[in-house]
Amino acid sequence: MAVVFERPKSLVDVSTHYCPGCTHGIIHRILCEVIDEMGIEGDTIGVCPVGCSVMAYDYFGCDMIEAPHGRAPAVATGVKRANPDKFVFTYQGDGDLAAIGTAETVHSATRGENIVIIFVNNGTYGMTGGQMAPTTLPGQVTQTTPYGRDPKIQGYPVRVCEMLSTLDGTALAQRVSVDSVPHIREAKKAIRKAFENQKEKKGFSIVEVLSTCPTNWGLSPTEAIERLRNEVMPYYPLGVYKDKEGENND
Amino acid sequence: MERKLMKGNEALAEAAIRAGCKCFFGYPITPQTEISAYLAKNFAKAGGLFLQAESEIAAINMVLGAASTGVRVMTSSSSPGISLKSEGISYIAGSDLPAVIINVQRGGPGLGGIQPSQADYWQATKALGHGDFQLLVYAPASVQEMVDMVVTAFDKADQYRMPAMILADGFLGQMMEPIAFPEIKSETVEKPWATTGHGNKRAHNIVNSLYLKPEQLEKNVFERYERYEKIKETETDAEMYLTDDAEITLVAYGATARVVKSAVNMAREQGIKAGLVRPKTLWPFPVKQIKEAAKSAEKFLVVEMSMGQMIDDVKLALNCSKPVEFMGRTGGMIMKPAEVLEEIKKIGGKK
Repeated sequence: MAVVFERPKSLVDVSTHYCPGCTHGIIHRILCEVIDEMGIEGDTIGVCPVGCSVMAYDYFGCDMIEAPHGRAPAVATGVKRANPDKFVFTYQGDGDLAAIGTAETVHSATRGENIVIIFVNNGTYGMTGGQMAPTTLPGQVTQTTPYGRDPKIQGYPVRVCEMLSTLDGTALAQRVSVDSVPHIREAKKAIRKAFENQKEKKGFSIVEVLSTCPTNWGLSPTEAIERLRNEVMPYYPLGVYKDKEGENND
Repeated sequence: MERKLMKGNEALAEAAIRAGCKCFFGYPITPQTEISAYLAKNFAKAGGLFLQAESEIAAINMVLGAASTGVRVMTSSSSPGISLKSEGISYIAGSDLPAVIINVQRGGPGLGGIQPSQADYWQATKALGHGDFQLLVYAPASVQEMVDMVVTAFDKADQYRMPAMILADGFLGQMMEPIAFPEIKSETVEKPWATTGHGNKRAHNIVNSLYLKPEQLEKNVFERYERYEKIKETETDAEMYLTDDAEITLVAYGATARVVKSAVNMAREQGIKAGLVRPKTLWPFPVKQIKEAAKSAEKFLVVEMSMGQMIDDVKLALNCSKPVEFMGRTGGMIMKPAEVLEEIKKIGGKK
């Protein structure tokens, strides 16, 4: 019988700690598919964040490093500068990347570090039980915004791709989603492009993946996908915010 | 052997290059900035990488990343910057990574001042970050030792898979002395744990400090402390100056020890049997050497550019068997030999 579908080779065959309905699994899979298709598992070093994907080092088959909270881009910078011919990526959540690690994110982008960042945005601190994240939407109820996020008190959400697209060092800033099969395909293409950029030494590439957190959103997996489409995607429009390929001077 | 007149910070930077350091990540802060400036100018020519980070926090995490791939890597800072690095240093220790960290101490707390200080002793030897761990801590007292100790620090960090610190001060960083660069025979240590890409030839390596199962974390810490016990036996180092017959023994490290040595000489000229124990490693602390000095010494006098931090370790080493007095200046103030001599007389070394 012909095998038509199997686990990517670079995705380790273990059970995961992610909650039912969480979209981390899809993102892990498409990232590993890209690594497999490019045949780069043996030349890739990944950096984990602190957050829900803190233990992703057990799931990705390439060499892995666990970074302090928010510091993954700095750790990746150290790895890449010492090993410019290897592929280096970070896998980070919104609290890690856009709150405690904002400086590391912005400066690795502006230096044009030749790394890939997979940025999983689900608008909450999942691992610690659903507190307000820098990307939590106005009005969204979380453990630390029990009456809804009020911009007058807690300020506004951060739009990461828009912000990083203003920096000269950013080669690719693209926001994708994993709410539907076409969007998953698009997300995988973006990740592939980010790794191709690294291969061609184009500089900093970030793929922001809008993701769900059924557990902390208090919704079923399908309701969470609906919320992603109806509330999250309008606030964080999908698209390519920066692509150096399209520029004449690079 | 070539001899050169060099500033402490620059000599240290040159020695790091010669010791096979491949990457340096730093952030500007007085009084250590010459290390960065020297490396910015000379490191690339020698095949190294200098990168100015956006913060001390980023710099130490770049060190973590480079160290994970097995290359020799260094960062340097001064007191307030070391506080910022403490998170990363704890992770480096918890991930069993070798790295060299320079602290050219200045006055504190807070922004403090920019003059020499030794007020980071506790931080370096007791609490450089959260959790159960130690750093190797070397205390140079001359520009030559800035050179020699950084070479040792790289070797020992690799050998024991742990961070090593050079605890210098603004004095040593800024002053010039003639030095010789020794022929460096740095040991090459195999690093099968390094995350350099498995090349499809081995299982994936993971550099990590997270152990959610308490029994695993305890086992991990126990293993590290077994290593620390070996280090205590083999790596402890101190200079013993006229301690054999000393009745009053002074204990001082770094730049302070130079002042104290002069005071000991002055005391000897006046017939007072004074001696000096100068710890060259602050962790591991030279307990045996202090005990050895206690065979003849009736009293101890600890001199520090702080309000008294190393004195704790001297008291612990003596286990309250001898009186231990303290003399200190702080905030960037430096004691004079004559003042130390007065203190020796006041405490009363027997004639």
